[in-house]
Amino acid sequence: MNARDTVALFKLIAKEIEDNKTYLTELDTAIGDADHGINLSRGFGAVLPKLEGEFETVGEVFKTTAMTLISTVGGASGPLYGTFFLKMAGALGKAEIDLSDFVGALEIGIEGVKARGKAQKGEKTMLDVLIPVLDSLKNAATTGIPAKDAFDEALQAAKDGCEYTKTIIATKGRASYLGDRSLGHIDPGCMSSQLMVKAAAAFLGGKA
Amino acid sequence: MKKVINAPQNVVSEMLQGMVLAFPEYVRKIDSADVIVRAKPKTGKVALISGGGSGHEPSHAGFVGCGMLDAGVCGAVFTSPTPDAVFEAIKAVKTDEGVLLIIKNYTGDVMNFEMAMEMAEAEGIKVDKVVIDDDVAVQNSTWTVGRRGIAGTVLLHKIAGAKAETGASLADVKAVAEKVVANVRSMGMALTPCIIPEAGKPGFELAENEMEVGLGIHGEPGVRRDTIKPADAIVDELMAKIMADMPVDGQEVAVMVNGLGSTPLMELFIVNKRVNEILTGKGVKIYKTFVGEYMTAIEMAGFSISVLKLDAELKTLLDAQADTPAYKS
Repeated sequence: MNARDTVALFKLIAKEIEDNKTYLTELDTAIGDADHGINLSRGFGAVLPKLEGEFETVGEVFKTTAMTLISTVGGASGPLYGTFFLKMAGALGKAEIDLSDFVGALEIGIEGVKARGKAQKGEKTMLDVLIPVLDSLKNAATTGIPAKDAFDEALQAAKDGCEYTKTIIATKGRASYLGDRSLGHIDPGCMSSQLMVKAAAAFLGGKA
Repeated sequence: MKKVINAPQNVVSEMLQGMVLAFPEYVRKIDSADVIVRAKPKTGKVALISGGGSGHEPSHAGFVGCGMLDAGVCGAVFTSPTPDAVFEAIKAVKTDEGVLLIIKNYTGDVMNFEMAMEMAEAEGIKVDKVVIDDDVAVQNSTWTVGRRGIAGTVLLHKIAGAKAETGASLADVKAVAEKVVANVRSMGMALTPCIIPEAGKPGFELAENEMEVGLGIHGEPGVRRDTIKPADAIVDELMAKIMADMPVDGQEVAVMVNGLGSTPLMELFIVNKRVNEILTGKGVKIYKTFVGEYMTAIEMAGFSISVLKLDAELKTLLDAQADTPAYKS
C-alpha cells in the first residue's frame, strides 16, 4: 500500500463515517452524550480536502489525517483518534508498506490510545475493537495470507469486539456514570473503529 | 425540534457573534478560534482560562471579565473544544505570571486541555490546571472516570478569578482553586431532556410523570429515574446526598440553585426555600445565595444545587468585585 492508496482508504473511511453518522450518534445517545457521529463526521469532513495534496509516504497521510482530527473533532474521540493515527504515522514513514508494517504501526497507535485515555481492554472503549483487530492481523501476518483475507478476519474480530461491549459495564468515558445501565449497549467508539476496519477490508477487497 | 436557530452547524459561531455585539465593552472574540477574551485585558496577573462544550450558557464565556475569567473556550455543543482552540486561548491571554486552566472532569475535556497544556509547555509558557468534579450524583470510584464537573465550576471561576485579580502567584491561585474543588458539592435533576441542534432529537425520553435524578449537564442520562415528587421531596434527596458527602453542620456556606435552561425562577426560588430550611435546621449559616441560570444544559428543565463550604479567605474572595456579562458583584 502506498501513499495514494492510503488517501483512497481514508476517503473510504470518511464516507463510511458519514453514512453512519446518525447511527453512531444514536449509539452515543443511549450511553453517552449523543454527539459521536456528529463529531467524527465533522472531523473526517475536514480531512477530505486535506487529502487532495501530494504525499510521499504513507505516514504523511496518517499525520495529516491525525492533525486535522485533533483540531476539528473535540470531545473524547478527537484526541483519541488523533493520537491513534498520529502514533501510527510515526511508524509508517515509508513510500510503500506491507501488512507487517501496518501491524507494527497499529500496535504503537493502540499504545498511544491506552496512554491518552488511561484505558485498558475490557472497559467498554474503542480498545475492545482495536486490540482484537491487532491480535487478528498479527496472527494473519505470521501465516502470510493475503492482506485482503487478513482484513476480512479482522473485521470479524471487530464485529465480535463490538458485540462483546454489550456484555460489559463501561468504566471509562461518560458511559461509566451509568453503571450497569450501560449493559446491553454497543460502545459507540467501538462501532466507529469497526467501521474503519470495514472500510479497510472493503478497500483491499476492491483492490485485489 | 423547535429552536430559534438558522443552520444547526452554525449555532456556536452565530451565538458568539451575537454575544460580542451585546457586550462589546466586556468581551471580544479572537480571530483564530471560538475563544472569548476580555475586551480590556489585564496583565500582571495569572490568566484564568475555562471552557468546554457550548450549550451551558452563560458558562463559560459569560464569565469572562474583571474578577473572573480571562478567556472562555467554546467547543461545539456539548463537545469539548479541541487542543488547538485551547492553545489559541492560552496564547491570547498568557502573562508572565502564568496561566491556570479550569477543567471540568470529563474524559474529553481533560484530554483536550491536557494536550493544549503540552503544546503550551513546549513553547515555554507557564501553565497549570485544576480539575473540578463537584457532582456527587456519580460515584468517584475506580469504576468510573470520577465525578463530573457541573455548576460548582461557576463558584470556582468567581473565587479563583478574584484571587488572580489580586496579583497572586500561579501556585497561590491554584491552591485556592483546589480549596474550592475540595469544598464544593453539587447535584442535579431533570424533568425534560434537551436537544443538541445537530442531533435534532432528545438525548433521552422522560414520560410526563417522570424525573431523572442525578443527571449531568450534557443530556446524558442520570443515575436514577423516578416518578416526579413535590419540590421539597426532590430537594431533600439532593441535599441528603450532598451533605452525606460533605458534612456542613454548623458551618458557613454559599448556596447556588442553578436552572438548567427552562426552569422558571418561580420553581428555583421554591427549591431555594427548601434548601434554606434544611441548612438552617442543621445550624448552617448561609453566607451567600445564588439563584438563577449559571450552568445550563440548553433547554433542559431541571436544576442543580451546589453547596460551597466557606472560610474567611473564600468569603473575602466571593465578595470581591467582579464585572462580567453574566456575573457582577
